[in-house]
Amino acid sequence: MKSPRALAVQIGFLLLPIVISLAVAAALVIAVGRDPLEVVDALWKGAFKDSRKLGGVFNFWIPLTLVSIGLVVTFRAGLWNIGVEGQMMMGALFASWGAQYLPLGESLSPLLNLILIALSAVGGMFWAFVVGLLKIRLGVNEIFGGVALNALVNVISIYLISGPWQPRIGGSAQGTEPFPTPALLPEFSSRFPTNLFMIALVIAAFIIVLILLNATRWGLNLKAVGRNMRSALLLGVATERTSMSAFLVCGALAGIAGSYRVLFTFDNLRPLASGGIGFLGLLVVLLLSIRLLWVPLIAFAFSAILTGSTRLQIALKLDSSLAGVLQGMLVLFVILFHGVQEVFFPGTLADEEIEDPHPPAPSPTGREREVGTVELTKSDNSPLPRSGGGGLGVGA
Amino acid sequence: MNEEFLNTLGSIIGTATPLVIASLGETITERAGVVNLSLDGSLALAAVTGFAAAWTAQEMGLLDVPMQLAAGIAAAMIIGALIALLVGFSSIKLRRDQVAVGFVLTLLAAELARFLGADYTRIPGPQITRWAIPILEDIPVIGTIFFQQNVLVYFSYFLMFAIWFWLFRTRGGLALRAIGERPEAAYARGAPVQRLRYWYTFLGGALVGLAGAAYSLNVKPGWSSPPAMQGDGWIALAIVIFGGWHPFRAVLGAYLFAALRAVSSNIQTNGLFIFGQEINFPFVLLNTLPWLLMIVTLLIVSGGLTERLLQYMPRGVQHRLRAFLRSDPPKALGTRFEAE
Repeated sequence: MKSPRALAVQIGFLLLPIVISLAVAAALVIAVGRDPLEVVDALWKGAFKDSRKLGGVFNFWIPLTLVSIGLVVTFRAGLWNIGVEGQMMMGALFASWGAQYLPLGESLSPLLNLILIALSAVGGMFWAFVVGLLKIRLGVNEIFGGVALNALVNVISIYLISGPWQPRIGGSAQGTEPFPTPALLPEFSSRFPTNLFMIALVIAAFIIVLILLNATRWGLNLKAVGRNMRSALLLGVATERTSMSAFLVCGALAGIAGSYRVLFTFDNLRPLASGGIGFLGLLVVLLLSIRLLWVPLIAFAFSAILTGSTRLQIALKLDSSLAGVLQGMLVLFVILFHGVQEVFFPGTLADEEIEDPHPPAPSPTGREREVGTVELTKSDNSPLPRSGGGGLGVGA
Repeated sequence: MNEEFLNTLGSIIGTATPLVIASLGETITERAGVVNLSLDGSLALAAVTGFAAAWTAQEMGLLDVPMQLAAGIAAAMIIGALIALLVGFSSIKLRRDQVAVGFVLTLLAAELARFLGADYTRIPGPQITRWAIPILEDIPVIGTIFFQQNVLVYFSYFLMFAIWFWLFRTRGGLALRAIGERPEAAYARGAPVQRLRYWYTFLGGALVGLAGAAYSLNVKPGWSSPPAMQGDGWIALAIVIFGGWHPFRAVLGAYLFAALRAVSSNIQTNGLFIFGQEINFPFVLLNTLPWLLMIVTLLIVSGGLTERLLQYMPRGVQHRLRAFLRSDPPKALGTRFEAE
């Protein structure tokens, strides 16, 4: 049992980051001459005014939760999959190809939907495979590989939209023609415009990955690779294959998330259709210190803020980037205050962290774990550019 | 030599300058063992802050133009330094992961730039203008390329030599390299590791801020959303690696990227002619070139492939080629150091 004081400190550190980010956001709103209460009102109404708005929240929640689940997997393996945004986009491209060129009629619409979702998963896996190959075999740090591949797929999509896939009339860089109806994912109803099958798919993916991570050998291997690549290798874990499998799982989920953007949200392919959701997923997972269990809930909160923010522009003529500012600050302060607690209030950490001698600290790199004195910690799975070897730091 | 060609080279030097300054700043930060991954967002936030400060000074009619620009530059440098200090503080004092904090700051700073810059979008403001250096500008070829530029460009030349001199020719530079390579040894010899890390993180961040101002006050004047320099922060980070944490090689890398961009944008506007024959090609795809170059350069310097290819070279060449191509990061890069 914990002392009341420790509990108070614990709760305090849970609330402080939220309070401070809200306070800073309010100060920013006042600085640009608006009323913070009106902003809260607009955000709330924008997200929860009626079931239509709620449907909109789910339309962000579906792709955001999918990528976040995938990112938990890559982070577990100690990998910074910043390329997730591009993997979403590649999934969207594959789905868009299928939506335009697969000749399946109205009656086969559900089958076509399934095929397109599968295609998008392949697309996401393909782009994740490239990042993985660059990282695992060729020693290119996955952060830079990912950033470059994100940019590449964006250029490719703009080329497709303004070139081979441009609308027959009035071709521009705005987007392709709307896809034929059988390809699109159907709305549940006009009152609740979201797709129930995809919601079910997200829940299924969540449960499956939860089981895979916690109850299978693969989950254990991921953890081993993420904690310490060299020991994992010495223990007989196929480190390269494990890392690659993490990339592929994340890529598949990201690809499906991308398909939802084009087959439901937009009904066509647009430049930057992934809309920063991949990066937002990275924030969700960092906020949670890579814990999968709370991903759907936090993703829902972030989706609500995102949906609500679209109203800011209309109601208050305020830039919708306020949502991103709020989310970014929240994650930043959570990470910083976790550090403050660890350094200045040791012994007040949550129970699970005491039980586990190697808590999943906000560092997905495993470098922050050794909280000793006089030490220079550098784990083998450093995400930083590294010299030598096959890029795995396993002593080539 | 062809006058037009020389002017083009000159403009490449000009447009590369923000990349040069940013990658030099990040080079010294990383030499000290700290990774400031926030560059892409820092550049945007510094750019909009610098522009807003200079524009406000102009609107209020407070100062003359050079002072307005100086105010903008100072504001941008402060922003860049503050963000970098936050990365340093969270790593050194709070034991957080530099990459995680840096990445969150990248996104946060970019969103903040968009939010705060909404009122400053697409309005004209003060600009840093060309100022050719007397006498030097008349040197044939070199004068046209290097000395008909603006003050920031001249500063970037100075910066390159100053950083090189500091790193490799002074005791202070020795300490800087030591805290990035073997902090425990440096500490044992009396170097104040943490204080120096704060200091070089601060300095590097200020230079990143200056690079941001170089965009909004000169290279891509004003502010727009999405920002014109989006992605350059990542390129600057890659240039630091390509440059092997050496100022000269970093500058070379920045010029290489700028040259490639100039070529690709020139082809996109004017078309491509080979032997008088117009080549038809979807030129949009040329925008992939800087990113492909990024992947290729990282491939070359980070081992793997290079090592394999080197096996096929004659022995004598192998050694020298490896030393030339490979770039090894400071050994303690991205790690924490804790003294008792």
